[in-house]
Formats: sequence, structure tokens, C-alpha cells
Amino acid sequence: MLTVKDLQQKGNMKVLCPDVLPDREITGCYCGDLLSWVMSRASEGDAWLTVMGNINAVGVAVLADCACIVLTENAAFDDNALQRAKENGVAVLQTEKNSFETAVLVSELLKG
Amino acid sequence: MENIKLHYDVDSNDFSCAGEASGKIKKALKDLGFDASLIRNVAIAVYEGEINMVIHAEGGVIDAEISPEKVTVVLKDKGPGIPDIEQAMTEGFSTAPENVRALGFGAGMGLPNIKKYSDTMHIDTEIGVGTTITLTFNF
Repeated sequence: MLTVKDLQQKGNMKVLCPDVLPDREITGCYCGDLLSWVMSRASEGDAWLTVMGNINAVGVAVLADCACIVLTENAAFDDNALQRAKENGVAVLQTEKNSFETAVLVSELLKG
Repeated sequence: MENIKLHYDVDSNDFSCAGEASGKIKKALKDLGFDASLIRNVAIAVYEGEINMVIHAEGGVIDAEISPEKVTVVLKDKGPGIPDIEQAMTEGFSTAPENVRALGFGAGMGLPNIKKYSDTMHIDTEIGVGTTITLTFNF
């Protein structure tokens, strides 16, 4: 089983929210930046890799029930988004790797 | 069970508030113990409706009614109306301005997503008057 915490530790990612990561399981992965597209296609339990760090991205993660948001290429996460993520208990990680490299990592970790 | 009625106002041009109504409806359905996939369908459709109201109309109102058989959602705005519904229903077709696209919206998925996630969808639109979309989600 891969948890959000495992991904953060094995990917050496920065935790933006919350302070203590949940043991929520990651069951898949989705990459995308167009919010409606992502909302329609991402699955529950996905690690969502994106460069879109605004308040609406948090809304999409909540509605699509993603396990976490991973901001790739150190994409910024604005203050409004952080506030909304805290309110909704959305885990947000940040990595310097791009979405392709991060997706490969998630894939490998999911395979165990 | 008596029908439960919910009402929300959507502010114009406020992307930070978009998602409030869908979030509240989602929470209400969750508290009532509905199936997770139904909740997700309703939440996504309502969220797209909210975003459309913010982008294209000057806000609007959302009414939801939960009965023992179904959830009915009415999204009503006083926006410009939809000139060509068939075109608007095409995935990828968008009239959203550039500043909206920069936020990650305007992929031309709004109405198609609403249709995809609802069981029935009826659009009543008049140019210069507004648009009312009625959705049902069956249990």
C-alpha cells in the first residue's frame, strides 16, 4: 500500500499542507492542469500532479476526492489556496521534479 | 422522508467562492448517508454550474431538492444566454476569456461534464435574459 506520507518521504517532497500527513492510501495517479478536465477524469484516491496551485485546484481535489495534490516543478501554491486546503483537509505536496518524472515515481511506488 | 431543499447564491466574478455551493451540497448528501458515487456526480455537476455562472453570467442561484427518489438541481442565472446549445455542448468548445483560462478553466468541458454526471439535463436559455439548467440525479 502506498500512502501520501510514503510518497512524500520516498519522493523527498515538501509538505505544504497539512502539518501531519494523513495515512490516506494513493490508489492511482492523474496529471493535468485544466480543472474541468481533471475533475471529470481523475479518480478517487489519485495523486493529482499539477502546476495549478490556486484555490480552485483545491476545490477540484475535494470534489474529485483525490488523495493529494502534488505541485510539480515547484509550482506556487497561493495563500488563498493554502487556507482552503487547510479548511478541507487536503494534503498538498511540492516537488522540483516535473509531472512526467513524478508520475514515473508514483507508478514505481504503486507497483511496490 | 420530507423533501430537503437547499438554496445557494453564487457571486459574480468571484472564483474564490466558486465551489462553496457544490461543497455544501456534497456535505449535505454525505451527512444524509448517500452513495459516494452519487455525491461525486452531483458535486461535479454543480461545481461546473457554479463556474459557468461566474465566468459567463453575473452569478446566479442554485436550488437543490432531495427527495426519496432523486436529487433535483436547478442552476439559474441572468447571464447573456447560450446562442448555440449544440455547440456549447461540444467538448473543447469554449468562449471563456484568456484570464479565466489562466486559472485552469475554460477547457470547454463545463456543460459536457454537467450532462455526463447527471441523469437528465434540461437547458432553458434566452439571449439577453438568462439560462436555467435543470438536472436530476436518480438513486
